[in-house]
Amino acid sequence: MTTNSTGADMPGPGQPAPGFRLGGSGEDLPGAEDRISLDSLRGAPAILAFYPADWSPVCGDQMSLYQLVWPEFARYQAALLGVSVDGVWCHRAFADSRGIRYPLLSDFEPKGEVSRAYGVYDPVAGTSRRALFLIDDEGVVAWNHLSPDEVNPGADGILSALEQLHGKRQLVG
Amino acid sequence: MAMTTPLQVTTGRLSVPVTDDDHLRGPLAAPVTLLEYGDYQCPYCAEAHTAVRGLLEQRPDTVRFVFRHFPLTNVHQYAELAAETVEAAACRDRFWQMHDWLFEHQKQFNPGYVRVASEQLGLPPDAIDREVNEHLYLDRIQRDFAGGIRSGVNGTPTFYVNDVRQDGGYTLPELIAAVDAAVG
Repeated sequence: MTTNSTGADMPGPGQPAPGFRLGGSGEDLPGAEDRISLDSLRGAPAILAFYPADWSPVCGDQMSLYQLVWPEFARYQAALLGVSVDGVWCHRAFADSRGIRYPLLSDFEPKGEVSRAYGVYDPVAGTSRRALFLIDDEGVVAWNHLSPDEVNPGADGILSALEQLHGKRQLVG
Repeated sequence: MAMTTPLQVTTGRLSVPVTDDDHLRGPLAAPVTLLEYGDYQCPYCAEAHTAVRGLLEQRPDTVRFVFRHFPLTNVHQYAELAAETVEAAACRDRFWQMHDWLFEHQKQFNPGYVRVASEQLGLPPDAIDREVNEHLYLDRIQRDFAGGIRSGVNGTPTFYVNDVRQDGGYTLPELIAAVDAAVG
């Protein structure tokens, strides 16, 4: 049996990214019933950032940091999506308090279903692990990265992977 | 299109080398460089400030310290203002005095304190206030920030020992251990 402690179950480069359709917080999800699906993101790269929980007690936690880096990701026309098992209202309160405007998706019901599909669910803690996926224009995983739960991976890996994915394609802006 | 070659991605390495433009404390030729990306309104950075002072006292010949700006503007209202204030002081060779002052007065700091800090350090308050309000030093601060992102800064403070991000803690014993390990 494989475990996901080494990320062995994570879809890797060249493999199709598992589909999802989730609600949450953010400018693109104005109503509690609104959803974002992976299919709707086709045609541009997408960054999926799984993380254990809202409200981690540090300054500049991973999701707040990504709000500040969002303009850099946007130069590659990349969509940025945070994912945790927190509920929609929790995400909204957290996003409001940190000024996070990109979507935080709620992998809440069935709990952790999308995190499990990506091989990054921790069944002991009952939360998503800290993992990054870069998905290309056609819904294929281009890069992934699993961090120890206590180590915020920052944004340098994502930017480097985005740069390589785009190669010499002209940047926007 | 499926990727045929995995992307080559390394993380957590300082991407902008230390140069003469950096703010540096300690002996130039020290074998170990401790570099911090920090925010003057971050309480964890204020704690780390005390630890870094202790480290420089205990390892005076071993380590030099570099500070770069990483203001978390979405959670700290005056972080950028504080960074601009210390840069105005830096233009008058008082970077470290203002750096210390800002961490020691972190809880009080607000726009009114730009003048107070300047007066206490014997700097011209009108000129500093004007330069800060005209954002004369914002480019440099944003350059620091962008370099930090590229280096894998993951919150504040983020420390690097000889270009490698330290994912452990930053108490005085932890900093001493990291520096001693780097000396070998």
